[in-house]
Amino acid sequence: MADGLLEIDGISKRYGDVVALRETTFDVRAGELFGFVGSNGAGKTTTMRIALGVLAADAGEVRWQGTPITLETRRHIGYMPEERGLYPKMKVAEQLVYLARLHGLSTKDATKSMEEWTERLGVAHRRDDDVQNLSLGNQQRVQLAAALIHRPTILVLDEPFSGLDPIAVDVMSKVLLDKAAEGIPVVFSSHQLELVERLCHRVGIIRSGQMVEIGEVDELRSGGAAELVVTAPHTPDGWANGIAGVTVIGREAATTTLRLDDGADDQEVLRAALATGPVTEFSRRRPSLTELYRSVVTEEEKEKDAA
Amino acid sequence: MSAPDIRLGTWEAVSLVAGREVKTKMRSKAFIITTVATLVLLVGFALVMKLTSGGSDATVGVTQETEALAAPLKATAKAIGESVDTKNVDEKAGRAQVADESLDALLVGDGGEIRVVVKKDLDDTLKNALNVLAGQVAMNQEITRQDGDPAKVQSAVAAAEVAVEPLEEPFPYQPDQLVLGIIAGILIYMSLLLNGQMVAQGVVEEKSSRVVELLLSTIRPWQLMAGKVLGIGFVGLVQMAVIGGVGLAAALALDVLTISASAAVGTVIWLIVWYLLGFVMYSLVFAGLGALVSRQEDVGGVITPALMFVIVGYVIGISILPSDPDNALAEVLSVIPVFAPTLMPMRLAMGGVPVWEAALSVVLVVALIPVLVWLAGRIYANAVMRSGSRVKLKDALRPA
Repeated sequence: MADGLLEIDGISKRYGDVVALRETTFDVRAGELFGFVGSNGAGKTTTMRIALGVLAADAGEVRWQGTPITLETRRHIGYMPEERGLYPKMKVAEQLVYLARLHGLSTKDATKSMEEWTERLGVAHRRDDDVQNLSLGNQQRVQLAAALIHRPTILVLDEPFSGLDPIAVDVMSKVLLDKAAEGIPVVFSSHQLELVERLCHRVGIIRSGQMVEIGEVDELRSGGAAELVVTAPHTPDGWANGIAGVTVIGREAATTTLRLDDGADDQEVLRAALATGPVTEFSRRRPSLTELYRSVVTEEEKEKDAA
Repeated sequence: MSAPDIRLGTWEAVSLVAGREVKTKMRSKAFIITTVATLVLLVGFALVMKLTSGGSDATVGVTQETEALAAPLKATAKAIGESVDTKNVDEKAGRAQVADESLDALLVGDGGEIRVVVKKDLDDTLKNALNVLAGQVAMNQEITRQDGDPAKVQSAVAAAEVAVEPLEEPFPYQPDQLVLGIIAGILIYMSLLLNGQMVAQGVVEEKSSRVVELLLSTIRPWQLMAGKVLGIGFVGLVQMAVIGGVGLAAALALDVLTISASAAVGTVIWLIVWYLLGFVMYSLVFAGLGALVSRQEDVGGVITPALMFVIVGYVIGISILPSDPDNALAEVLSVIPVFAPTLMPMRLAMGGVPVWEAALSVVLVVALIPVLVWLAGRIYANAVMRSGSRVKLKDALRPA
């Protein structure tokens, strides 16, 4: 079923000798919020630019509803580039109408849509001001309006949350959730992992131009090694050392954090702890996205060191 | 929700971009100020011409004794291309008027010899006229002394004239047309310079404000470039037509220009044709070069080499053509595409350009434009998304 499906399929890109993307593949489904995370320079912006046709890929294909994307279908995408940009000396209203018309809307539709979005994003009172006279926060709102003005059926947003104040973050989150609820695929990149974890249905982690993890947030979290948190006041140092498949990764006062390998028995840990005295806390914890991300990046560093 | 119908044709995309340029530029203060200033200058120039050409070059006072010299003085002055007015005064009043400069000179004495009273020194041309007059007076006196008839000798002398047999018929350049040529040259030069730079600045504005990425996600690079060139070109055309039209109307209404209306209209039409050709040619180059840099401060440096051709053509034209409209160097250069937009309209306004030369220069530029479209389009498409340091021309020309 390719309805409302945006597919990034085996995209590769080199800049001279530097490999920016190596067969990056993922898809974003209708009505889904897809979080795209990775360190700076990992290839997020390059991927988005290729999807928008602003850059040409060396290999691979971007498909929309099963057919390769063209300039015509790209006009359906709402795009927020990482490097924000609007004409500084053009009035907000005129600028938005112009951009909407470049996406193919009639002047009438464009004007209506401009009124709607400036109202909804709270910049209606600045319509007749030049963009350069707006505060940074309001410029961001206009930028978001520019991405939404043509009623896109796909949303691709590069770092939409960067530089936003907490209120604007809420506005942006709401807009993204609403858009996904309307049944359109939404993909955005971000460094704010808590936000990604909270908003997104699925995430993709990109490292050195390759997708290394991709899946639902819960699925990814449960895929990581499980952790145990044990609080027992009388445990001596090294109390858990003898248990197979268990590694102590942190100890602070009475609380010990342990990592369980696949197949390790957490009940054995509990018995060992009880043997020392009372146990006030015993819980299994799944890693947060941040921890997952960190472990992925650490792997990268290890690979680098090995190379 | 249903997606709105969003088909956007090539022409629609280009005209949308062009429309934005026209709207923004026409409303800009710089545009309004340059247009009005040029108009004021041009009309002012016509008025000044009118005031100076109407009056005489010099006014000479004559006393009762020297009154007989008034007519011969006027005739002599006319023969050397000066117009002199005379005024009858008595000697005392005349001297006072010379002192307060309402008279340039006062003829005194008994008429037998030429004596002239001036404030400080005698104007060179007036001196020439008076010297010739003095010679004639002396000759007449001598002829009378030898019993000849001065009038008869005068008419015989006047009738004698060298018979010129030209191997090639020279073109009869009229001073009015030379002036027209100079004005045409200045207008086209200013227009190419200002509007051409505007194209380069516009390209860099989009690059430095980074709005270009948003634009290129909806339209192709060449559509953006073409829209910009057409939009600014149209604004320049309107400006040129207004300035040319008003200037010409003022000149004709004030009788400053005595050429025929058809020659005047011909000049304006050629001016517009060459403005369009020159603008399209140069602005494509400017757009391509402008895309190489990311900051407004760097625009000047990157387009200067191309700008030099406009400047060199103009300087050669303005310094050589008015005094030597047949100049061979200017003639050859005016057919070469890079110099033609500045030189050819000047020559055309001055007149005497063979049809084949006018046609050839147009054909060459028209043939060059598609090459430039391809070249500039390629540089633009390759360089416009690369912000940061200046993109090397060599890299920008490489296939994408």
